[in-house]
Amino acid sequence: MRFKDPQIEMSHGAGGKASRRLVEGLFAPLLLSGSSDRLADAANVEIGGATVAFTADSFVVRPLRFPGGSIGELAVNGTVNDLAVSGAKAHSMVVTFVLEEGLASSVLEAEVCAMSAALKRAGITMVGGDTKVVERGKADGMYITTAGLGSPIPGVHIDARTVRAGDKVLLSGPIGDHGITILLARAELDLEADLCSDTRSVLPMIEAMAAQAAPGIRWMRDPTRGGLATCLNELARDCGLSVELNEEEIPMRDQVRGACELLGLDPLHIANEGQFVAIVSPEFADIALNTVQLNDGGEEARIIGQIRAEPAGAVVVNTRYGGARIVDMLVGDPLPRIC
Amino acid sequence: MCLAIPGKIVELVDGQSEVGVVEVAGVRRKVQLGLLSEDMPIKGDWVLIHVGFALSKISEFDADEQMRLLSMLGEIDQAMEEVRGYGADVLGRESSDNHESRSRPN
Amino acid sequence: MRYIDEFRDPELIARASEEIDRLSDRSRHYRIMEVCGGHTHAIYRFGLKDILPENIELIHGPGCPVCVLPMGRIDDGLAIAREPNRIFTAFGDMMRVPGATGSPLEHKARGTDVRIVYSPADALEIAKRNPDKEVMFFAIGFETTAPSTALTLMSAKKQGIQNFSVFCNHVTIVPAIRAILDSPDMRLDGFIGPGHVSTVIGCRPYEWIARNEGKPVVTSGFEPLDLLQSIVMLLRQLQAGEAKVENQYKRVVPWEGNCAALKVMAEVFELRPYFEWRGLGFISQSALRIRDTYAPWDAERRYSVPETRVADPKSAQCGEVLKGVLKPAQCKLFGEECTPEHPIGALMVSSEGSCAAFYNYEHRKSLVTTISAVA
Repeated sequence: MRFKDPQIEMSHGAGGKASRRLVEGLFAPLLLSGSSDRLADAANVEIGGATVAFTADSFVVRPLRFPGGSIGELAVNGTVNDLAVSGAKAHSMVVTFVLEEGLASSVLEAEVCAMSAALKRAGITMVGGDTKVVERGKADGMYITTAGLGSPIPGVHIDARTVRAGDKVLLSGPIGDHGITILLARAELDLEADLCSDTRSVLPMIEAMAAQAAPGIRWMRDPTRGGLATCLNELARDCGLSVELNEEEIPMRDQVRGACELLGLDPLHIANEGQFVAIVSPEFADIALNTVQLNDGGEEARIIGQIRAEPAGAVVVNTRYGGARIVDMLVGDPLPRIC
Repeated sequence: MCLAIPGKIVELVDGQSEVGVVEVAGVRRKVQLGLLSEDMPIKGDWVLIHVGFALSKISEFDADEQMRLLSMLGEIDQAMEEVRGYGADVLGRESSDNHESRSRPN
Repeated sequence: MRYIDEFRDPELIARASEEIDRLSDRSRHYRIMEVCGGHTHAIYRFGLKDILPENIELIHGPGCPVCVLPMGRIDDGLAIAREPNRIFTAFGDMMRVPGATGSPLEHKARGTDVRIVYSPADALEIAKRNPDKEVMFFAIGFETTAPSTALTLMSAKKQGIQNFSVFCNHVTIVPAIRAILDSPDMRLDGFIGPGHVSTVIGCRPYEWIARNEGKPVVTSGFEPLDLLQSIVMLLRQLQAGEAKVENQYKRVVPWEGNCAALKVMAEVFELRPYFEWRGLGFISQSALRIRDTYAPWDAERRYSVPETRVADPKSAQCGEVLKGVLKPAQCKLFGEECTPEHPIGALMVSSEGSCAAFYNYEHRKSLVTTISAVA
């Protein structure tokens, strides 16, 4: 699948089909070595007999500060979460800043303080970094990239190929908070709501779950860009099975529902920054759920569906009235509609 | 063309006679009320919003009436069945059980 | 959410579904058209086809303003926007619709200032905030949306905002329905009538369908219970051999329409003698243009418009699908050259276009033998 698009569009970064085309058609064949063509959030790397998990991420968000967090916190939590859903406990990270000429130092300081606090909360150490400054008009204030290292959580093996029909789909909490908060914070659509980003480390919930149910955890992902629908579509493709969700079970705040109805958006395509979805074998599903629910911040976790054999490669959502619909990966950015 | 949502007027903007603030499940947005100038809504009214404009007032009466009709859907059927069971329908004709029995919503 | 959740009550939906089962004549195959793209979208979103009996076929109508917009109009709008210091504003629905030179989003990637707005009033705000730029609002929509554009133009005139204009592509729904009924291949039993258009024009404009064509029309809301109740009402009419216009969406649609909205439309717009509809050809008296009194805010008079005309590839059968003569899957390009990711026709780009809806919701289901039992 060579990458044939003539130029880069915003959709290539949206986490949906276009992103996948870019990664699978250009980056992976030319840059990734090794037999793995499965693209996960983090890679397990062997160095001198030890296995470490290794991840990289970049953070581009406008506005830089928004209710519930800021770009700095996203950078720390995002890195920790990428490692966590790959079955690793974050150990250390490095950060690079690309700063726009003219950025107020107070803004930068606020971000660095936010990151410092987030590092402590997440229990990860920052061990180095780099800075570049670009001309006014570039970098939207600042871009942050990170790389993180972690040690595998004992007993946890994440592999889409181990997913089986009958496995349960566990979601840690309400969807859509982050994406809608950002949309509202941009003020282009003139909507207001009492909503904030859900950015946080999901590592404590995952560690607790692993302690009780490690053998049953088949696969995990954090549903960031592209939302729940996109990462579950990737899973369906990778494991060749079907992910069946029950609409009624999917937790969502009223304001997210309201904003999505108003704008004609599908909540399943909206980004989350503080949630994870796990596929757990039936024997361990109940204990996994209970453990997450008992954890601080995991109270709204739910089993939202199950894996089926058919229709292979698709995500199906059961509506409340005996109907079903197929939910696809995001094509480009979610766009509000009036029709 | 079609996406229009019911929202409650929670505020009328001072100094702008035809602008209000509407709330939908906790999300607030400014709306233009000029298309309802012949029957201006007041705070607490529910309106249908489309592209930031209120298109119509929502009639609570009609909504309730509709719910009533919908709830009766299964029941009229049931009532008819019972009456037929007595050997004649409400108009006094002989009963003829010419449709398949349906499961009752109970 | 009030006025939404109650109309999604699963128990009432089950009852409505049973009533439909009871009313429908097994020996008959009903062909009912829902005119509105929004209804098409709702039918798929709520999985309503799974609830209806097999002998009720829902045919998707042409009420999708994005779908019927000729590509050349997009190219014209973007040609105007390409000039320096111009800002192109439009609803999100338009952003991925391709003209011959690309879609608005593609133009944005090449440097044109393209912005999504939720409301024409927001476009006017952008003009106020950017006095050194010229802001153009690319207006689309049927009579549901036209009054809002009209009121925005009145506001621009009243406030003396000179750096704002509208590129008007508003169309009217009745000529589209007429085109359907005039089509020799069409055989329909009744119509689920437009919901939100009717809040503006009322129910009277559909009376000729019942009177002259003998087809029942029920103007419907957009929640599952609205659509199911409308089908119940249509079946009752068909059973009784009746044909009249009924208003299911009473809580929102006034029989006489919205006087104030019709007045502002008449103040700002007049009917074009004819307008080209994608897939349906030229239809007379079917579209709106801005009156002379608002000429300074009419993008078509303010700027030179190339009047691009772009023909759809001959192999694309958008017209027949729009009229409901062909099902999306019957178009030769469907699913191969034409998919939501690289759409050839507008029916595949707009999320409520029949082809996109069918592709996303049904096509993939039909590729496998069974759908698992509902949990």
